[in-house]
Amino acid sequence: MHKHFEPNKIFAITSRAPKYVLFLFIVVLTIGLTEALILSPEDYKQSDAVRIMYVHVPAAWISLGTFSSLALLSVGSFVFKSKNFALISKSLAPAGFIFNIIALVTGSIWGKPTWGTWWAWDARITSMLILALFYGMYLLAWRIYEDKEQAVKVTSMIAILGVINVPIIKYSVDWWNTLHQPPSISILSNNSIHVSMLIPLGIMTAAFALFSMLIFLMKYNTELIKIKNKGLDRL
Amino acid sequence: MINEIILMNGYGVYVWSAFSFTLISFVTLYFVTKLQLSKEQRRFVIKFGSLNVEKAKVAISQNINREILSNTPKI
Repeated sequence: MHKHFEPNKIFAITSRAPKYVLFLFIVVLTIGLTEALILSPEDYKQSDAVRIMYVHVPAAWISLGTFSSLALLSVGSFVFKSKNFALISKSLAPAGFIFNIIALVTGSIWGKPTWGTWWAWDARITSMLILALFYGMYLLAWRIYEDKEQAVKVTSMIAILGVINVPIIKYSVDWWNTLHQPPSISILSNNSIHVSMLIPLGIMTAAFALFSMLIFLMKYNTELIKIKNKGLDRL
Repeated sequence: MINEIILMNGYGVYVWSAFSFTLISFVTLYFVTKLQLSKEQRRFVIKFGSLNVEKAKVAISQNINREILSNTPKI
């Protein structure tokens, strides 16, 4: 099945898609920002500081989702021996890393007015920092190793090892007594967040997902052209 | 109204700095990625231009190479 996603076959789509994704991203982001900064209500406890949630939470979700994808693709590249899986994960990582940094920085900014501190060595925050380190190691490994085979092996190991941290991040607020609040949104049980806040959160998540897709497509095209450049040398 | 949005009950500095950091990160990542893509596209066009007729024929026979050339802005 994965043969249908061979770079040569899908480049016609991936090379044209970014301009449409960029347009859609700008539209969704504009609606999201209007909702998040103007139309959504303030929180009865946190007042307007709650608006930071609209950038912090989607960034954290996407960085976690991206890292989980890296691990899945790494397993896939071992099982199917497909170089395309490695190429996809390499292209996904930069956006995931940036979202991780955004989650950490905006979380720190949110911490000051709500907890009275910029940083706490609490289980959720520390495990998110560890995730950023794994992202850093993953991206660095692609730069350090000149031999592609070795780079694929090392980065796959980092992704598979690092994904152990993902459930730790998710359940850290349940397993330990943390400063970070427990989740307000759950797929399996009732949400403790009002719909007037859920809508902007959903729109901002969609905007962030589109941005992540945009960066992925541009990065994927860059990597493919790099390979084709080497191909021209060999002609 | 404008003051309310800017000050946000005293939390404006936190809210605006969080949103600004996010948007600056987006813009930076977008332009860095775009720059890398343009650099590779330019390199491809230059290399393709330096091929002899025979090699250029082989290269252009591949769909992906044609796509790269058609999607590269004129330099």
